Formats: sequence, C-alpha cells, structure tokens
Amino acid sequence: MGIEKAAVKLDTDVLIIGGGPAGAWAAWSAASHGARTVLVDKGYLGTSGATAPGGTNFLYVPPNQEKREQAVEDRLEGGGYLSEAPWIHRLMEQAYQNIELLEQWGYRFPLDGNGNLFKAHLQGPEYMQIMRKVVLKAGVRILDQCPAQELLTDEHGVGGARGINRLDGNVWEVRANAVVIATGGCAFLSKGLGCNVQTGDGLLMAAELGADLSGMEFSRQYATTAAFGTITRNRMLGWATFYDEEGHVLHEGGPRESDFMAKQLLKGPVYAVLNHADTEEKRRILRLSTPVWFLPFDRAGIDPFTQRFPLTMRYEGTIRGTGGLRLVGHDCSTTVAGLFAAGDAASREKTAGARSGGGAYNASWAIASGTWSGKGAADYALAQGKEARVRQLRLAGAYGLERNAQSAETIDTKAIVEQVQREVFPLDINYFRSEPVLEASLKRLHSLWPAVKGSVPKTIQGRVRARETAAMVATARWMYTAALARKETRGMHGLREYPELNPALSHRLLLSGIEHIAIRPEQVPSRTYDVIPPVIVKEAARL
Amino acid sequence: MIELVSAERCIQCNLCVKVCPTNVFDKTEGGVPVIKRQEDCQTCFICEAYCPVDALYVSPFTDEAVQVDEEELAAKGILGSWRETIGWGPGRQKLAALDQTPFIDRILPPRPVRAAGISDVKVQTS
Repeated sequence: MGIEKAAVKLDTDVLIIGGGPAGAWAAWSAASHGARTVLVDKGYLGTSGATAPGGTNFLYVPPNQEKREQAVEDRLEGGGYLSEAPWIHRLMEQAYQNIELLEQWGYRFPLDGNGNLFKAHLQGPEYMQIMRKVVLKAGVRILDQCPAQELLTDEHGVGGARGINRLDGNVWEVRANAVVIATGGCAFLSKGLGCNVQTGDGLLMAAELGADLSGMEFSRQYATTAAFGTITRNRMLGWATFYDEEGHVLHEGGPRESDFMAKQLLKGPVYAVLNHADTEEKRRILRLSTPVWFLPFDRAGIDPFTQRFPLTMRYEGTIRGTGGLRLVGHDCSTTVAGLFAAGDAASREKTAGARSGGGAYNASWAIASGTWSGKGAADYALAQGKEARVRQLRLAGAYGLERNAQSAETIDTKAIVEQVQREVFPLDINYFRSEPVLEASLKRLHSLWPAVKGSVPKTIQGRVRARETAAMVATARWMYTAALARKETRGMHGLREYPELNPALSHRLLLSGIEHIAIRPEQVPSRTYDVIPPVIVKEAARL
Repeated sequence: MIELVSAERCIQCNLCVKVCPTNVFDKTEGGVPVIKRQEDCQTCFICEAYCPVDALYVSPFTDEAVQVDEEELAAKGILGSWRETIGWGPGRQKLAALDQTPFIDRILPPRPVRAAGISDVKVQTS
C-alpha cells in the first residue's frame, strides 16, 4: 500500500505530542524559548490525561534547605536507591517556581488555617483550563483530537510526526526538528480516572526510532475504587472500615498493611464504609477536598459515610509506575537525536526511583520535565542548520498500521486488548508477581504480537485503536521482560522467589527493541552534590 | 458511562464532541450530538463540566449501561450538578478556592510514617 496523502501539513520548530500537564508545560516552555511550537493531542488539551478530571497533590517544598535535604533523603531510600539527588533537588525547585506562576496566571489557591495560601494541591479541571489558556497565549498551535500515529525520521534523527484527526478522519503531518513525547504512560484501558487516553502510544513510536526504555518493571501499581466506578483517590479510604461478604470487619479504621487490599480481594469481595469521618466537619472537609470521589456515590444513591460499598482495584500501569522512555540528558533528551520525553511517557527513575510517589512526585515531575524538555527541544531545534521541511523524511511506524500490514487478516482489536488485559490486570499475575506465572504470561503476550501486524480496520476509530493495541501489547511485553530480569524486591517491584532487596542489583534496567527485546543494566551515577539549575522562563511580559 | 445528551437543552455547540478525551460523541447534520461509542466512555465526568447548558449526564456506573429518566434527573438537580460543584459557570465560586485539602491531615486517623508515599513530604499547615 502506498503512502497516504496528508490533508493537513504544518512546518514548525518543535512538536509536542500529548496534551496533559507535561505536554502543556513543554509547549509553553518551548514557545517561551522562541521556538515555533505545535501541540497535538489524542483528546483535548484541558481534558486529556489522568490529572484533568480530578485533583492532584504536588511536591511543593518552599526553598528551605533542611526540608529539601530531608525530602531528598526520604526519596532516595523510598525509591530503592535508583534516583539521583541533583535531579530531586531540581524537581522540587522547578515545581515550586512553576506553581508560583500558576498563581500569577489566576489559579485561586485556598487558604490554610493560618491564612496562608495552600499550594500543594490543585483541582484538575481548573488547572488544565488555565494551562490551555497559557499555552495558546504563548503562541502554540494546538491540534485537538489528533492522535499521533508515527514519527518521521531521517539519518539525523526525528523530524516530526504524522497522525489522524479523530473527528474528520483527515491525515495530518507536522514536520519539526525536535519532538517531545508527552503521551503519558499506559494503563491498558483500565478506566482508572482519566487514564484511558494513555495507551503507551508514545513508547511505541519512540521505540520504533530506537529509543531505549528504562524501569518498566516498576509497574505494579493499582488503585482502589468503588467496584462500579472509576474514581481512584485512595486517600479517602483512610477513613474507612472494611468488611467481607458476611459483614465481618477486616480492618477497623487507621493504617492498613501495604498488601491488605490485594490480599483480601483475592479471597473475595471487600466492602468499605467511611465511618471514621464521624463528624459533619470531617465529612465537609473530605467532600470539599476531593469532590470527584463523592460524585459517583451521590449519583448511585449511596451514602459512603454510612452505607457499605464494594471495592475493586484498577490497574494503573506505567502511569503510577515509574518506567518509560530512558532520559540521557538534563534536558530530557532520549538516545534519538531531536527526541525528548516528558511526564509519564518518560522514565521517572531519576527523581522517583523504583516507587511512584503517588500524585505528588508524578504531578511535579510533569511540570518539571515538561519545562525542561520544552526548553531542550527549542534549543535543539533552533540550533539546526536547516528546517525539517527540507529534510528527506520517511515514516517510522511499523506496527498496527495498514501500510505495513503483513497479512490480509484484520486486527481484532477488541479481542487482543481483552487478552492483554487478562495478562496485566489480575492481581495474581501482576501484583503478586512470581517467576513461573510471569514467564507463562510473557509467553502468551509474545504469541499475541504477530496479530498486531495484520490489516487495520477501515474506520477512523479502528485505525486509532489498532495502533493503540500494538502499543499496549508492546508495553506489556516490556513490563514483564523487565520484571523477570529484576530478580529481587525493590520499590514497587517484587518477585515471590526473591523477597529481599539485592544490593548487587542497584542498577536500572534498560530495554531496547520491539520485535526482539534486549536488556542491559545501567549504573546509577554515584552520589554527587552537583546543582542542576532550574529553567527560568522570562515570559511575564507575554501575559 | 455517558447516558444522556438532552435534545431539549442542547444548543448544538458541539463542545462535548471537541473536548471528550475518548471521542465518544459524534456531531450530526443539523442535530444534537449522538453518543456513538458509549463503551469508550471512561466515566471521567469532564464533558459535564464543559457543557454550557447542562445537557449531559454521566452515570456513575462505568461498566454497565443504565436507563435514565431526563425529567427525574432535571427535577432532582442532577443535570449540571458537577459543573456547579467545581464552580464553573457565571456567578459561581471556583472549587479551587474552596479546596479543603489543607485541613485533611488534621482529621486523618493515625497512620505510620512510610518511607515512600504521597505523605512523605509534608507541608507545614500549622
């Protein structure tokens, strides 16, 4: 099959792929550093991504040396010694500075009990609506509902991307000397709040250009939700009592051991009631901190403070994991020339290590890595001698694309996605990991792989889903390949056969390749007290 | 899942088509948008926040379609309730400014200090 003509062709300096927080910050940063910038998003900048529908905590530590040193020490230990102190310091400083900007841009922070503004939490819809305005004001052109499907390349590296408009089916192409992958992680369509846009597309696109992945074994993260719903804010369950089917108390308020929920759910249904929010004041505070959590209960006619509701665990994949595209420079560059990564698409091991810091570390990472990658991409693009439009670029996509179909059989996206979900969702495969079970699962995933080389459904959604399907199969294969190679328990990863941390394995695991996956260790740089300065963006004059 | 586009309320601005992160709506020629791919809805409720006339209803049940009664939803004030909660729309106070997260740790049942987690860095609030 020949190459389809692109109905929309744009030339720019920097292309940002993804319109969640990381992509938004990257676009703002690139444009503010003088680069012509285009942002494409599968959904809509403002609603896309895990942050937009709910609220999120931030790592917001004012510039107090002692507090920041303590935060760094805690994180080095909590992250299984795979993170790097200079990166954590820079993360805190960048997030701090950018959150100050958010206030200037009109985010109304609430007051704490002492009359000070409280800036460690943001409401998602408001945050992302402001980011859209800021990005547009910086001069960025946004293409909403335009998933990128494959990158453009030549012998000098990446040169843009091509995709499809989901609303009209038109093929678009953007040529750019620098590209930032900010497509998020991959949660395999598990319906955790806001997570279904993220299907690993950026990981696959970058890997097709030869980019490495790192930390894919740190992907053992689930969120507890009401069984009927999608809201993944576990914090509310801190006020719960838990029951089994017969109504026996499994746990009465207060802290739970870390595997409590998973162990109980393997035995049978678990119910909760938030009866430890036992005053009107407590209930009011909970409702007004996380209103999205209460919305489904109100609509289902359940009072979660007095009535039991069933629970489930939804898989959060690499979104709350820490693995992703391997970063090699302070500017969030990857091993591919001109290709940068930000947010959950990038490995977060340099700051978070082997365990996600919940919303706080991840949300701050989106801000910081977006800002760094945007500047990195702008600097790179503006230093190039010739514009991307005069390069001899070719399409780099290989899987889940009609052009490359190796058989006439149409990819059964629904069936394949369900099969992948059957490998990555079950607690007894992916949460309680063990060698024989993971090996068998990985074998089944490998056997699914040839199916994504089939013919692609003709509809717009079919074309998008075929590519997503390929990305999900690839991501699952990377995850379990890495998980089997890390024969120890560290951070969020564990194998039943190796319940202890092994100091000899204090390195990262790099993956490369799609068809055949190669794995090799990368030493974590030894502890230094270097200071990597934050990116200061002088853009106040613009707004 | 999304269950309702109210033909009575809809002004055919097609904003829901534009903002839905998982592309569940299709616009129609001269009519109100249709829920074309209900199974792709991720139950994130954000379309409701963007709808300027409170014409949409997302049911809390993410894995099953349910029958809804528009008159009943309207009478109970459920249509538009999420937009009202987050304070979008003229004359409303934004939820951001009402956020009670600063006070949440004070009412938390006791929990141990964990090496890693969202509470590993605490901002002093008192």
